[in-house]
Amino acid sequence: MDPIIISSTFWIGGVGLVSAIALAVADKFLTVPEDPLIAKVTECLPGANCGGCGFAGCADYARAIVKEDAELNLCAPVGSAGARAIGAVLGRDPGTGAERKVALVLCCGDFTEALRRSYYNGIAECSAAQATAGGDKGCTYGCLGYASCVRSCPVQAIRLEKGIAKVNKKLCISCAKCVATCPRKLIKLVPFKAEIHVLCSSQDKGPVVKKVCGTGCLGCKICTKLAGDAIIVDGFLAKVDYSKELNNPDLITKCPGKCIRLA
Amino acid sequence: MEYLMLLVSAILVNNFVLSRFLGICPFLGVSKSIPTAMGMSGAVIFVITIASAVTWAFQKYLLEPFGLDKFLQTLAFILVIAALVQLIDIVMKRFAPPLHAALGIYLPLITTNCAVLGVAVINMKDGNGFIKSVLFGFAASVGFAFALLIFTGLREKIDRADPPRCFKGVAISLVTAGLLSLAFMGFSGLVK
Repeated sequence: MDPIIISSTFWIGGVGLVSAIALAVADKFLTVPEDPLIAKVTECLPGANCGGCGFAGCADYARAIVKEDAELNLCAPVGSAGARAIGAVLGRDPGTGAERKVALVLCCGDFTEALRRSYYNGIAECSAAQATAGGDKGCTYGCLGYASCVRSCPVQAIRLEKGIAKVNKKLCISCAKCVATCPRKLIKLVPFKAEIHVLCSSQDKGPVVKKVCGTGCLGCKICTKLAGDAIIVDGFLAKVDYSKELNNPDLITKCPGKCIRLA
Repeated sequence: MEYLMLLVSAILVNNFVLSRFLGICPFLGVSKSIPTAMGMSGAVIFVITIASAVTWAFQKYLLEPFGLDKFLQTLAFILVIAALVQLIDIVMKRFAPPLHAALGIYLPLITTNCAVLGVAVINMKDGNGFIKSVLFGFAASVGFAFALLIFTGLREKIDRADPPRCFKGVAISLVTAGLLSLAFMGFSGLVK
């Protein structure tokens, strides 16, 4: 065999072997123990160290998640599935079966049902509309539809449908950015498994609600009779208690305000 | 004087990021905030300086004597650099925890950064001696740090300047990087 081939294989192989031994020895005697949670979170990350999250590599991002409460959804390569995996590692213990929560916009007053009381021609952000004399919607509690939450969602799980925001719960990673963005605090985190919801946040009395929206909660309490203690009426607004079981489909047809929906 | 020329050449005239287009990955990835960029710069300077010394020694005492430098240079250098960075990481963590807290997290990001290999290869191509190699490595990494910090400062401002929607995010950053590179062309001819 050509001597060059032998010598190059020998020397490069030798260097590789020596480096490997040196690293193994260094690892054995010189490593400093570290929070094991960081290692677990690092495993959920791709390990490509692309820096796309804005941190210096996957290990740094993992450390920032565990020690500095960094957001879970900054890693583009693993996307929302990875963010969920990290969430599972951190906050939820699979042993106790803690549930997954997703965002829900508690309003169903779209442009076919809800009245506008003024014409707003300002900055197309919900906070700006809200700051301008309380917004242009007849109902002072409902979704203004300027899509601030849509833009805040890192995985594009929210879309505008008929002028109001709607969350696609399959895509939601529960980062709660939309919850923070909504100036009317309409978005809540509800259990993923829950299917029946009261999609209204209006605390106005029934006749007032009827004037401004065709699908608002009237506070009539018919739902409480059908749902038992799973729905509580607080003032003039029905609220679902998600810790109780709720699976009566009659609720949807029997609600006079037509605001109990499947989501 | 010759060394001053070397410094100016590596930092300004032939800036590693903006003229040679090496090490662009961390340039775009770790340029979102100044503290992060400063940490990254420190780590890059540390690694490249040591790597240029080690690869020079490697070339002189292992590759050349056996005639392997013509064709195994890239492979051998990558091997050495990767092992070296890992070793630096472990040693730093054990013996200099504050330094590791500041710089260590960027080390995995630099392991296969082409700027490190680029410095080593260019050193060999220019036939630099040991002192010159280390100095060149140091200057090249300072140039990288310089470009990175300028770009980070720009990027922080751009994020708030509200560009048109089609340019938001990485797009405007890339355009800015190109313009910055054009600006640095103004230094050409400064050093022969």
